Amino acid sequence: MDPTNLMLNGLTRGGDIIESTVRKIAGTATTRARTDRWNVVTVNRPPQEVMPDGRLPGPLAEMASEIEVQVRPAPADKGSELAARITRPSDGGEQVPGGKHTGDQRERLRTALRHAKMILETGEVLESDKPSTTRTTITNLPLELALRRAQGTGRL
Amino acid sequence: MKALCWTGVNELSVENDIPDPRIQNRHDAILKVHLSSVCGSDLHQISGYIPAMREGDVIGHEFMGTIVETGPDVQKHKVGDRVVVCSVIACGSCWFCEHQMYSCCDNGNTNPAITEAMWGTHPAGIFGYSHAMGGFKGSHAEYVRVPYADTIAFAIPDGVEDEAALFASDSAPTGWMGADLGGVQPGDIVAVWGCGAVGQMAANSAFLKGAERVIAMDRFDYRLEMMERHIGAEVLNYEQTDVDLELKERTGGRGPDVCIEAVGLESHAPGPQYRYEQVKQQLRIETDRPHAVRDAIMACRKGGTVFVLGVFVGMVDKFPLGAFMNKGLTMRGAQQHGERYIPELLDRIAKGELKTGHLATHRMSLDDGPKGYELFKNKEDGCLRSVFAPNGAASAA
Ligand SMILES: NC(=O)c1ccc[n+]([C@@H]2O[C@H](COP(=O)([O-])OP(=O)(O)OC[C@H]3O[C@@H](n4cnc5c(N)ncnc54)[C@H](O)[C@@H]3O)[C@@H](O)[C@H]2O)c1
Ligand SMILES: [Zn+2]
Ligand SMILES: [Zn+2]
Repeated sequence: MDPTNLMLNGLTRGGDIIESTVRKIAGTATTRARTDRWNVVTVNRPPQEVMPDGRLPGPLAEMASEIEVQVRPAPADKGSELAARITRPSDGGEQVPGGKHTGDQRERLRTALRHAKMILETGEVLESDKPSTTRTTITNLPLELALRRAQGTGRL
Repeated sequence: MKALCWTGVNELSVENDIPDPRIQNRHDAILKVHLSSVCGSDLHQISGYIPAMREGDVIGHEFMGTIVETGPDVQKHKVGDRVVVCSVIACGSCWFCEHQMYSCCDNGNTNPAITEAMWGTHPAGIFGYSHAMGGFKGSHAEYVRVPYADTIAFAIPDGVEDEAALFASDSAPTGWMGADLGGVQPGDIVAVWGCGAVGQMAANSAFLKGAERVIAMDRFDYRLEMMERHIGAEVLNYEQTDVDLELKERTGGRGPDVCIEAVGLESHAPGPQYRYEQVKQQLRIETDRPHAVRDAIMACRKGGTVFVLGVFVGMVDKFPLGAFMNKGLTMRGAQQHGERYIPELLDRIAKGELKTGHLATHRMSLDDGPKGYELFKNKEDGCLRSVFAPNGAASAA
């Protein structure tokens, strides 16, 4: 087989997983996603601790006007399922389940859910080591962009 | 401070201007590093097979030292404690940690999206192990920040020397996990692929779990000799014998009850198949070379267990799914759940049951880091593990 062809075939198979992952997270690849989906995390705490008296956990409270939130017991000993979805665009306009909203709002929601879970389970949000010692180069630029969004994107 | 950094594929450099770590979270501690070892996993990073490395990242994840500062919520440890730290960063309070699957921790990885996109979910963080595993700075440095210190740092009992305790950080619990979760039973015959520190610890652990015989494979005679002398396993040089037939012969035609793979994604194989697969890996047609996993699946007895300790990242070709399914095998793998095992292992090291004293074949300063990796990578000068003393030999008394 012609080596270029071999390589292109290869890139559409297993080998490209890592680069395409980074491209997707960095936002340089296009993805089509449903906009009305619930984002859910399981929290290793009983429902009454997750939303005492119906109060939203900290980071989600900041988005209260934009989202709808549910909490329900998780099966067996797994704690609670904390679910949220966007109901209003961040500019405060009309309700939009199934409608459009900005990617940025979805990223804030995922980050808020991840942080709410961490605070409930460990008491704080774990920080990455600062300052970073890595040097920005052309080859690692996509990765740097991906890292900036590494809490707001992903499969949540 | 001084630290050893990854600066590109097959490039390491000692940097002197790395900022000292500081307490960033309430559960953090700062450790003055006495000893920090190389590990086979670093080789996968250095060769560029572990994704999400960035130029300037501090590497290293198998280490011990003294606590010099604690965050306000650290209760178990105080300044001055001599501790060994698990390479895996886990919170101790999520569902996975409560069920002792620490390397699956929900709260140890600050960059969850990367591995979620690659693997469907994110595992725990690991020190010095790429941004996919959290981007935490590694231990080949004078100081390192230890998150969740109460969960991942363990006091070293008096009488256990630094050099023996060091390996309770990573290679010993990894090997132990292979025997434990591989379900080794008294009377079993266990086969181990790879005679590095991880393979040796797996073989040692299999004996402690009651295995009657352990048969270990490699191609480097000095590693086979260590395995034979220190651990007491039977050894096979896979370049000199047909391992599959030899294992059949030695197990009465059944095959080993438990097969432990301690090689990983850069595995080597005799013959042209190896070159072919190396080229495919370089062309990125497959990301990982699984020779030893394939061999283990083919060799294992019907209804037996294959445990993958070696690190894999992405996709492999020619996975013998037919053999796996029709032989009724169980296959497991994991990054190590060290927090589950370290106290017991330190105890066993103290009693002389788990033998780690011989693993550090080369001891050097951090300035010799690139040289230490060169020896380890090329398996030169009888190197099993190069161990660095970032604060000088005196601190590592
Ligand atoms: N699961 C975990 O948490 C964990 C922890 C530590 C290390 N690891 C992984 O375990 C593996 C071994 O680590 P190590 O530090 O012992 O590495 P190492 O490089 O010292 O040893 C690997 C050994 O495997 C041998 N080998 C290569 N191909 C082989 C084959 N086809 N059959 C038999 N032996 C073969 C090599 O000659 C070498 O001696 C690596 O993949 C490492 O990433 C995993
Ligand atoms: Zn390791
Ligand atoms: Zn956890």
